[in-house]
Amino acid sequence: MMGILQYEFMQRAFIAALLVSVACGIVGTYVVIKRIVSLSGAISHAAFGGIGLGYFLGLNPILTAIPFSIVSAFSIGAIHEKINISEDTAIGIIWSVGMAIGILFINLTPGYSPDLFSYLFGSILTVSNSDIIIMVILDILIIGIVYLFQREFLSIAFDEEYSKVLGIHSELIYILLLSLVALSVVVLIKVVGVILVIALLAIPAAITKQYTSDLKKLMFMSTITGMFFTSLGLLLSYIFNLSSGAIIVLVLAAGFLISYYIK
Amino acid sequence: MNSKAIELKNVNIKYNENPVLKDINLTIEENDFMAIIGPNGGGKSTLAKIILGILKPDSGKVLIFGRKPEDTRQLMGYLPQKVSFYHDFPINVFQTVLSGRYHGLFKGHNKDDHIAVIKALKDVDMLEFKDWQINRLSGGQMQRVFIARAIVREPKILLMDEPMASIDPEMQNAFYSLLSKLKNEMTIILVSHDVGTVLTQVDKIACLNSTLYFHGPVEEAADGLEELYKCPLELVTHGIPHRVLKKH
Repeated sequence: MMGILQYEFMQRAFIAALLVSVACGIVGTYVVIKRIVSLSGAISHAAFGGIGLGYFLGLNPILTAIPFSIVSAFSIGAIHEKINISEDTAIGIIWSVGMAIGILFINLTPGYSPDLFSYLFGSILTVSNSDIIIMVILDILIIGIVYLFQREFLSIAFDEEYSKVLGIHSELIYILLLSLVALSVVVLIKVVGVILVIALLAIPAAITKQYTSDLKKLMFMSTITGMFFTSLGLLLSYIFNLSSGAIIVLVLAAGFLISYYIK
Repeated sequence: MNSKAIELKNVNIKYNENPVLKDINLTIEENDFMAIIGPNGGGKSTLAKIILGILKPDSGKVLIFGRKPEDTRQLMGYLPQKVSFYHDFPINVFQTVLSGRYHGLFKGHNKDDHIAVIKALKDVDMLEFKDWQINRLSGGQMQRVFIARAIVREPKILLMDEPMASIDPEMQNAFYSLLSKLKNEMTIILVSHDVGTVLTQVDKIACLNSTLYFHGPVEEAADGLEELYKCPLELVTHGIPHRVLKKH
């Protein structure tokens, strides 16, 4: 059984599974408790615009997805703040506009786009060493930002109006939080693709939230839960030779159902 | 000695083209204990938010101890009329109150903060619940936690928006004795539509229904009935306040 780890691509895949679980556990906790799951879905789909841009410019699509998803995070914040529409509507707009831009860029790129599917649905088996390095850097960035701004994040997530009274620039902190979501999305694209990202952000935290009401424990346990289920999903996808992204999402969902019933 | 805690000059604000506050001029002295009363929709909460600096008036001037509201946030304690929060949020009573001791970016909590939280929880008689998750608390207990969060900052101005709305009846007397203890240390403003209970406690009232109808000591309000009639109290308590005021 440990035989599968003799392949270098499997080693990288498992390392990637562990690395993305850190981003999922920490940022996913905020996503779940602040109830911005569908907003995060919009950011992840909009990141596809950045992937298209990467194809168009001939760059690593993961790198171009970073500014693109951060811009989409800012846009949702700005649209909601400046124009008098609901966040729900802003989500719908950013979600589809980002994807549309991505499709357009791919149209404009000459030739066939070979691994486009892997960005839509993930392909953890093709994770490269440079992808791993990007993941490590983004993980460190996420942990650092959360450590520095934990009081502000807690305050705006719990009671946004009061955070203003306390003198917190709640709009800026909110956009920073959305930017963290954007960074996590980028970390996750290689593993499950833009379409399935949201499962990895939401489900580990949703599972552990049933067992603890302590924020730090929630982040830690969500990370461990994410590591367990993504590794399990990866293993199963290898054994049955099925799409890893889809299996990881389904394993997570099954994990949630089981945890709900044994609770 | 008596300096001006709050000064509002010709404050106007509109919401969707409807004037909510018209030409408000109000001065609240340091250590005043004032009630802002008036009917629902009369702009009381809006006025509170302008004083807190989280709403900007369309025109007019707001000064808190002679400074802009944005610069005096650390002096303000606030109890909102309604806190919208998720009851399953992973936070306990202690952490909720501690969040009120915010010092600014990159500044963590220290030992004094912990002592202040314990003291505030004692003041609202919630110390035994300090490790409870908030989803286990009743509405009245939650209100007490939010009162603790407001006073934990040891503010110079304490602004409470409809504090009696969701407080348990048996807590009412304890709440008023807490206020009478606090009023020596800070300026207190109660926003309320419930004139009867408030008037027996405060020293001054301001009567607000879009414009300010009257503000001054409660006794003067009672003496100057003529003045008082301009204040649409009937809207609020259906005529009962006259009796309350005369008894005072």
